[in-house]
Amino acid sequence: MAKSICTALREGALEGELAPALTIKDSIASPFGLQVFDHVLSQLFSSILAGKSPSQGLILVSFSRSPSFYLELLKNKGISVASSDKRIQILDCYNDPLGWKDQLVEISSTVTVFREVKHMDKLFNSIIELGRGLVGGGKIRFSIAIDLVDEMLRRASVSSVARLLSNLRSHEQISSIFWLLHSDLHKARVTAVLEYLSSMVASLEPSHQLANGQRGDLENFALIEHNSKKGKFHVRFKKRNGRVRVMSEEVHMEQAGVNFTPLSSEGAINQGLVPKVQFNLQLSEKERIDKANVVLPFEHQGDNGKPLQIYDGRRSLVDSKQERAVAVEKEESDSQRGEIIYYRDSDDEMPDSDEDPDDDLDI
Amino acid sequence: MNQRSSNLLDEALGLDQASEPWPLKGRVVAIEDRVETSGSFILHHLLKRSLSRNSSNVSIFIAFAQPFSHYDRVLRKQGWNLVSQRDNGRFFFFDMLKLQCPVGDEGITPGGGLIALYGKIHKTISALPEISQKNVSIIIDDLSLMEVAANGSSDHVLDFLHYCRTLTSEFDCSLITLNHEDIYSTEDGSTFLLQMAYLADILIKVEPLATGLAADVHGQLTVSNKGRNKASNFHFKVKENMVECFYPGRSRD
Repeated sequence: MAKSICTALREGALEGELAPALTIKDSIASPFGLQVFDHVLSQLFSSILAGKSPSQGLILVSFSRSPSFYLELLKNKGISVASSDKRIQILDCYNDPLGWKDQLVEISSTVTVFREVKHMDKLFNSIIELGRGLVGGGKIRFSIAIDLVDEMLRRASVSSVARLLSNLRSHEQISSIFWLLHSDLHKARVTAVLEYLSSMVASLEPSHQLANGQRGDLENFALIEHNSKKGKFHVRFKKRNGRVRVMSEEVHMEQAGVNFTPLSSEGAINQGLVPKVQFNLQLSEKERIDKANVVLPFEHQGDNGKPLQIYDGRRSLVDSKQERAVAVEKEESDSQRGEIIYYRDSDDEMPDSDEDPDDDLDI
Repeated sequence: MNQRSSNLLDEALGLDQASEPWPLKGRVVAIEDRVETSGSFILHHLLKRSLSRNSSNVSIFIAFAQPFSHYDRVLRKQGWNLVSQRDNGRFFFFDMLKLQCPVGDEGITPGGGLIALYGKIHKTISALPEISQKNVSIIIDDLSLMEVAANGSSDHVLDFLHYCRTLTSEFDCSLITLNHEDIYSTEDGSTFLLQMAYLADILIKVEPLATGLAADVHGQLTVSNKGRNKASNFHFKVKENMVECFYPGRSRD
């Protein structure tokens, strides 16, 4: 769950162990990955500033958003970057990742532009250099956040990206690391590689799966609308002892950011999806009980253990007299109850069974 | 009538906000259409809206699909003279059919061409008066043909789009693209569409009706507006000089 993730990242690595690594993965059906990334980023950075973490600084590698966006985001969360630029540095892989621009406007002292994103080894060196410049050398640790690994995977091979992440994780100065991945942009094995490199995997899934090939459906549109506002948040932790723990929450998209709540019951979610029409599509409690009490005419299970007699419409005279006497009594008392009266056409006609008389037809 | 009927689309895009000269600034709008339902009418609509809304609005049109005369003809029917807008410096037309983009040192390589195109757009925006710099729309018609021009390299196109996106951060301009959904049905190809879907702040899907063809309704639009956290779905009919949008069952005809 969201709090546990932030705690794990804040606590960082133990001596002699790899740094905890988090993969946040989403898909187009539930595209809240960036918002969750922002949430984790601001939580971790607040902890670093408050001195609650062994990590002394944060290096943010931004591919998918401008560094100004992040500076603005932190400012809006009440975190003053101006006074804390000794604790955060942004490696700007957004503004000129391939060196197309002739000149760049400097945004702030907190931002360093990187123009060779195709070269993972240079990226690695730049991250470490920036981190050391921030916190110093030796054993002082810092944390790393990478906002979109997909951009790295688009420009370099899977193995070189995996090597970079693995090297970062095992570097003695890295306290914790987390990154975002859009899982549907890659083959499953690529996502799997990154998941293997992580000690925590947080996946975002839609509350309701859309039916494929029915995109024009009004019902599908209602689901799309529903899925754009909330989704499911599953977290898989790999513990040190080898045990894997899975936890789930609901995630809601709001103006201020994301909000995590415990999973609500399925019924409550479904209630919201019943189309609004002018007739009642659902059963009340009483209606449900009455429906359960109706004895179906050709039910072969019997009625509460009593052997079921399927009335075949033909009774002996004696029986019928008795029946009629009973029936009359019954009628007076059960005039409210409905009855199905069936008269057989002839003696040859067998009582109805479940067998399909057309079964032997060879069409 | 004209104003009222397009309002569903304008509403979904946030263009009904009168306060801003160009409410789409800083946003990426991706239009996905199909063979049965062409989405180019949305490009014309947005171009018209940009020009009519405020005199400081500027549009940069990057055309791979049609020559200038085609768009001029279409917009003339809607009451807009693109020639005079071009002369007034409010409309810039980059004719990629004739490959007017300068080639530079890299030669006619696909990547080189797009790098040069980006450079040209950046130069054009930088040369505008400051008030117009904030209200620029970059319109691309269309991405699949850009990919063809880049020799099938969707990576180069994505890099180019990334750089255009940095313009939305640097200058607050809007980026409007058109792409065809049904040409990417193979597994490898669908990644490009997904990349656009992730990149876009507003995704407009132009699709036929689930029930098939109809005379009164040409198709349906699904507009997903991430910024407003809102999704809209309605039908449309493309008329001679405008597009009519209405909720299902409410066509005026």
